[in-house]
Amino acid sequence: MLNTNDILESIRMISDENLDVRTVTMGISLLDCADPDPAKACEKIYKKITTKAKNLVAVAEKISATYGIPIVNKRISVTPIAMLLGCAEHPDPVDYALTLDRAAKEVGVNFIGGFSALVHKGFSAGDRLLIESIPQALAKTDFVCSSINIGSTKSGINMDAVKLMGEIVRKTAEATADNQCMGAAKLVVFCNAPEDNPFMAGAFHGPGEPDCVIHVGVSGPGAVRAALTKSAKGLSTDGVAELIKRTAFKITRMGQLVGNLVSEELGVPFGIVDLSLAPTPAKGDSVANILEEIGLTVCGSCGTTAALAMLNDAVKKGGVMASNHVGGLSGAFIPVSEDDGMISAASKGFLTLEKLEAMTAVCSVGIDMVVIPGDTPAAVISGLIADEAAIGMVNSKTTAVRVIPAIGKTVGDSLDFGGLLGYAPVMPINTASPQVFIDRGGRIPSPIQALKN
Amino acid sequence: MKAVITVIGKDRVGILAKVSGACAEHNINVLEVTQNILQGLFSMIMIVDVSAADMEIDHLAAVFSALGEEIGMDIRFTRTELYDAMHHI
Repeated sequence: MLNTNDILESIRMISDENLDVRTVTMGISLLDCADPDPAKACEKIYKKITTKAKNLVAVAEKISATYGIPIVNKRISVTPIAMLLGCAEHPDPVDYALTLDRAAKEVGVNFIGGFSALVHKGFSAGDRLLIESIPQALAKTDFVCSSINIGSTKSGINMDAVKLMGEIVRKTAEATADNQCMGAAKLVVFCNAPEDNPFMAGAFHGPGEPDCVIHVGVSGPGAVRAALTKSAKGLSTDGVAELIKRTAFKITRMGQLVGNLVSEELGVPFGIVDLSLAPTPAKGDSVANILEEIGLTVCGSCGTTAALAMLNDAVKKGGVMASNHVGGLSGAFIPVSEDDGMISAASKGFLTLEKLEAMTAVCSVGIDMVVIPGDTPAAVISGLIADEAAIGMVNSKTTAVRVIPAIGKTVGDSLDFGGLLGYAPVMPINTASPQVFIDRGGRIPSPIQALKN
Repeated sequence: MKAVITVIGKDRVGILAKVSGACAEHNINVLEVTQNILQGLFSMIMIVDVSAADMEIDHLAAVFSALGEEIGMDIRFTRTELYDAMHHI
């Protein structure tokens, strides 16, 4: 039985509070595209992606129109390309990136993730080659996203990879310095990377996944904030948590519905719903604004980590009952440039890199879309990556670093990426050098938490 | 197959007539109508049967959205599953 208030609430959440399905992401395995001849491998990759994802955009748009649910992004994730390079003779990974870009443009998606390598325990054939090609690959393509997993709870942290990635992040920003250093905005360094993440830039199709699968990432910070504005006055913190849970349930049910419909229509199995609060630069569609609605004067103040921990937990508890398969990152995102409230808090100096690092211990990702001064040394970026990876490793959770060195700019300047990636002020970073530590290389042994068997 | 038409906006003469006229034009059977006016804001919800409609719902959504723009109202035409999914376990 349909209830008038329920219908009007759903309409309001969609039309006024920016509720949407943030992404429908098709995961495609490219393991059967490996070939000793790089040209043949690229041909197979192009053919497989353009065949499997041929109808993805049209089907998602039809479902969006029929059910009145905005589906903002249609995307593809593929097998980490480094896995295909191992067997090829003298491959140029940039050719593989260009192939992915061409396939993405052909099927009409707006990002393709999987120019990736999993090196948490060490480098295998193809890994180093891929990593060293990232600056050029991201400079020469429009839609390709790259991610590197450098640590895990089970295996510890690959400090050789940490050192290398500090340098690569810098070089990637330098290679795209004339385009807002955009390359670095499409590069994520992970610890405990999930294999079924639908969100960019970190999406890749893990080797344990089926041949082709549909994942859905929901959004809805605006809807949570609006629910708090309307009903949270006078509530205790547990009442606020309950309110967030109820809203997260509704948001996730929408994602589950869309996932089922797209998967049925395309004849592709449904993978997971990622229960995330993914902000946008739109006014009010902000995780920072939710924290402020809970009672902080500004995001970044003392109390921010606690409020975020409660929010993140409530989102998961509300969402988990609404979906039969939960995965990906699942939690609240805190990408500075993509969140209107965080942009404002960072611009005014209330939100610092150190506070963001603390926040990453209790939410779903890490230091995300943070712009740092262009002269930040590679060793400092490596130190930041190591710190984040350590938080993820010890707490058995995903953490990541996506920082953008603003080449030629410093604190007081800003970068504007446009669209959903937003804009952000250059934030100060502690430049005391961790060079000797980073140069040691080797591996941080896996923590005692890894010994669960 | 059932669908929901929601009409929201400033109250004025002839909204129901326009929307139900469009339903008849596209062979859509109106099953239920609920409407109310709160502080001058008109909201109407129609449950309709589109089994015999002359076009698919995504096209009907575009037609009714255009009608909404013409009469200065926000009109949405969607299948019912979203509301069931979001509000019922």
